[in-house]
Amino acid sequence: MSFINFAGREIQCKIVYYGPGRCGKTTNLKYIYSRIKAQVRGKMISIDTKGDKTLFFDFLPLDLGKVGGFSIRIQLYTVPGQVHYNATRKLVLKGVDGVVFVADSLKVRREKNIESLENLIENLRDEGIDIRDIPLVMQYNKRDLQGGSVPILPLEVMERDLNSELKVPSFPASAIEGFGVFETLREISKLVAKDVSRRVLSGKKISSGF
Amino acid sequence: MDLVLLQGDLERIQGCLRRVLERSGAHCILLIDRSGQLISHWGDKPLDDSVALAALTAANFGATAAIARLLGEKDFSLLFHKGREENIHFSSIGEDFLLVTLFNNRASLGLVRLHVEKAIQELGGILEEISRR
Repeated sequence: MSFINFAGREIQCKIVYYGPGRCGKTTNLKYIYSRIKAQVRGKMISIDTKGDKTLFFDFLPLDLGKVGGFSIRIQLYTVPGQVHYNATRKLVLKGVDGVVFVADSLKVRREKNIESLENLIENLRDEGIDIRDIPLVMQYNKRDLQGGSVPILPLEVMERDLNSELKVPSFPASAIEGFGVFETLREISKLVAKDVSRRVLSGKKISSGF
Repeated sequence: MDLVLLQGDLERIQGCLRRVLERSGAHCILLIDRSGQLISHWGDKPLDDSVALAALTAANFGATAAIARLLGEKDFSLLFHKGREENIHFSSIGEDFLLVTLFNNRASLGLVRLHVEKAIQELGGILEEISRR
């Protein structure tokens, strides 16, 4: 549920980074936080365990500037990836406006990516959302490991596994080195802003309130 | 469902929040939704802190609601955390919204609860009107 404040000319949206445990969701947010000017970001909050796993969520609010006279403020959240934290994932998904699915390029994580995507589909359905109707971007993370000693999945395989039906924008990335991180963020922000403005500004009742 | 606020809505909401502070002695009050979005705030917390508080309190309330369901309750309609100096009081407004009130030891919990209760009725009506539009 996005929140549109006509009085303050501001739109607030919620974007959730989803994916299997250890795929790099928190690393994405940390990279964004480290590279963005203090004026446009708020406080980053992490609720994690001592083992560095996300226990509840990470949270990072950003100010994206103006679109059509409205300030766009987005709130980035991550979910805990571990399978047994599903109740928490469902809580974080509440009111979501867009999703980044972060997939792990490690070959041994192939099944985990598919399971996590299926879990996302199911949890969205419980929220009354069809995955095909919500802005979604795929990120194939850990591409920096390509050519190293650890076997990684070719991009075509990841596309086939995760994106052959959905056909959403996808980006190879390395959250630890930073490439692909802002491309992913830009794309999901663009899709969400477009989706929210289409939903809201097309409403006749709303425009009569100006 | 999106929440769309027009100028008049915000003024009514802020008037209501301001009255709670003036009458109860609390020093900050936030209206948020259950997904963690800050809708309006009044008082002495900077916006950055209020945005973070909104995300955390919505999560806290959600987690507590899950505990309530495990105990066979539908929800806990209010929560209260007491600190050494600072206290925080959360109340649900219908299914979708929360009112978060911060007050220190100079304010009385009873008075805060009384005025929060009145505000919940008023805000509940305003928010329902907005949602029906």
